[in-house]
Amino acid sequence: MTTDAIRIPRRRPPRAVAGSILKHAGLIALSIVMIYPLIWLVVSSFKPNDDIFRDLSIFTTDLTVENYVNGWNDLQHPFGVFLLNSTVLSVGAIIGNLVSCSLAAYAFARLRFRGRNIYFAIMLATIMLPFQVVLVPQFTIFKELGWINTFLPLIVPKFLATDAFFVFLMVQFIRALPKEIFEAARIDGAGHLRTFAQITLPLMIPALATTAIFTFIWTWGDFFGPLIYLRIPDIFPVSVALKGFIDAQSSSDFGSMFAMSVVSLIPLFIVFLVGQRYLIKGIATTGIK
Amino acid sequence: MSSLGELRSLALSARRTGPRVKEKHPDNLAGYLFLAPWLLGVVVFTIGPMIASLYLSFTDYNLLKSPLTNPPDWIGAQNYLDMFQDPAFWNSFRVTIEYVIVSVPLQLAVALALALLLDRGMRGLPFYRSVFYLPSLMGGSVAIAILWRQVFGKDGIVNGFLGWFGVDAPGWIGHPDFALWTIVILHIWTFGSPMVIFLAGLRQIPDMYYEAAEVDGASKARRFFSITLPLLTPIIFFNLVLQIIFAFQTFTQAYVVSGGTGGPADSTMFYTLFLYRTGFLEYDMGYASAMAWFLLLVTAAFTAVNFWLSKYWVFYDD
Repeated sequence: MTTDAIRIPRRRPPRAVAGSILKHAGLIALSIVMIYPLIWLVVSSFKPNDDIFRDLSIFTTDLTVENYVNGWNDLQHPFGVFLLNSTVLSVGAIIGNLVSCSLAAYAFARLRFRGRNIYFAIMLATIMLPFQVVLVPQFTIFKELGWINTFLPLIVPKFLATDAFFVFLMVQFIRALPKEIFEAARIDGAGHLRTFAQITLPLMIPALATTAIFTFIWTWGDFFGPLIYLRIPDIFPVSVALKGFIDAQSSSDFGSMFAMSVVSLIPLFIVFLVGQRYLIKGIATTGIK
Repeated sequence: MSSLGELRSLALSARRTGPRVKEKHPDNLAGYLFLAPWLLGVVVFTIGPMIASLYLSFTDYNLLKSPLTNPPDWIGAQNYLDMFQDPAFWNSFRVTIEYVIVSVPLQLAVALALALLLDRGMRGLPFYRSVFYLPSLMGGSVAIAILWRQVFGKDGIVNGFLGWFGVDAPGWIGHPDFALWTIVILHIWTFGSPMVIFLAGLRQIPDMYYEAAEVDGASKARRFFSITLPLLTPIIFFNLVLQIIFAFQTFTQAYVVSGGTGGPADSTMFYTLFLYRTGFLEYDMGYASAMAWFLLLVTAAFTAVNFWLSKYWVFYDD
């Protein structure tokens, strides 16, 4: 696989060097195009409101944190409230997914029981099911339970492994673990609960990390769920709160809107920096997003 | 292997084994206990609601009336008939199809091209991969959609750039002919995640194939068309199928870019946005359920056609 490491360095002909320089120049240019909007967003969020569209350049010395101060208090509540709500939703979803998906994954990957293949096929199919087809009855259930304007509709399903994608991710991971470990555990007399809790879980920490990271990113960014279930500003997550800036754009306070957009992206960026390894491995092994 | 690949091989093995040998199920109790949360979830939140929404699509279910105290009336296929005679419905359908068939192949083509360019121990790979991947991590967020409104606005950076060349362009977001294409570009901008999948696929192609080809004197182009591309086709195919399914459900970008209206002139009224407005703003949940089932049928049809076409271009090693 990795013969690159032992490949003997050869002197490269000038044409290859020129080609390589050209390739890097193209890639760097593309990198700039890709990242430019983000940089522009960050720089603009530090510009005085009047300057944002008058001077589009990202090179400026006239910087201020005024937008952050204004934006933080621009909506019905300080922006910290929305950050907190998003955090609570994300933590709830992460715990739910970790617990329920790992249980299901263990069953699918390690246990032999009646109907396993059929359930497994159903589980895989639900990954591809457009959620709109279950949307109306789900909403009705939560409405009848009196769960509208609570976090429950957004968290409780996670405890029932409705994010089948992660079950699949963990199944893939458990299957790749050496069989001898499970064999040894069985011979030592460990039951399934023990094998799961003391052997499998510690070994699948990378898969759990990937799950936690993706759950965080998706929950943090989720807009549709909060939009239909959360109708009062006290419990808005950042995604829906940001919408408030668009609704109220008569004031055209772009600075505040940009500043709070940046604030909402910071956690994603941190996760990207810290968890990149797991993210890339996660999408590479399961083949979706 | 992707979830779709797994499904395919399950279906194949079910076909192959023929009359089933009686299997042993030594872990029945443990199996069902471990699976209990998922089983409950799939019944309560997936299969049950699917059946219910199929039923509701034949009723006049209104969001404001509780179905428990005030059961919705059966109105036969009326919702479907209304839907098929509703120009607004067909508009949202057309907008979405246009978006799907343009943005998905384009995004995958860019992703594939970049993956091929970056492949095989290229210097700086981790850096480029990170830079290209970052947008796909944030692309679905409201903040990025807000940014997009300004980037393609009348005074945004796109027009600022065009201004250097003396082009006086309109506000793309506010123009019915262009607004949809800004969302297409947003989708292409997030090519990083399929690119990472392609990179992983490329890495799985055994080096010995290339070595053997080199010994046989195969040219670089020949190696690409006879080894790399065929072995990559299953991954391209699975990506295509899944991205199409997901692209049909695009909501956030359309909502934010249009400020929730689907405008200008309904040019960004995506299918799911129209469904949302019908069900949750006009309270017509029967109609919304009918739309949801039609969406399921359309995505299933697209998937079936994809599978049928795959016979002609997808190469399976198994």
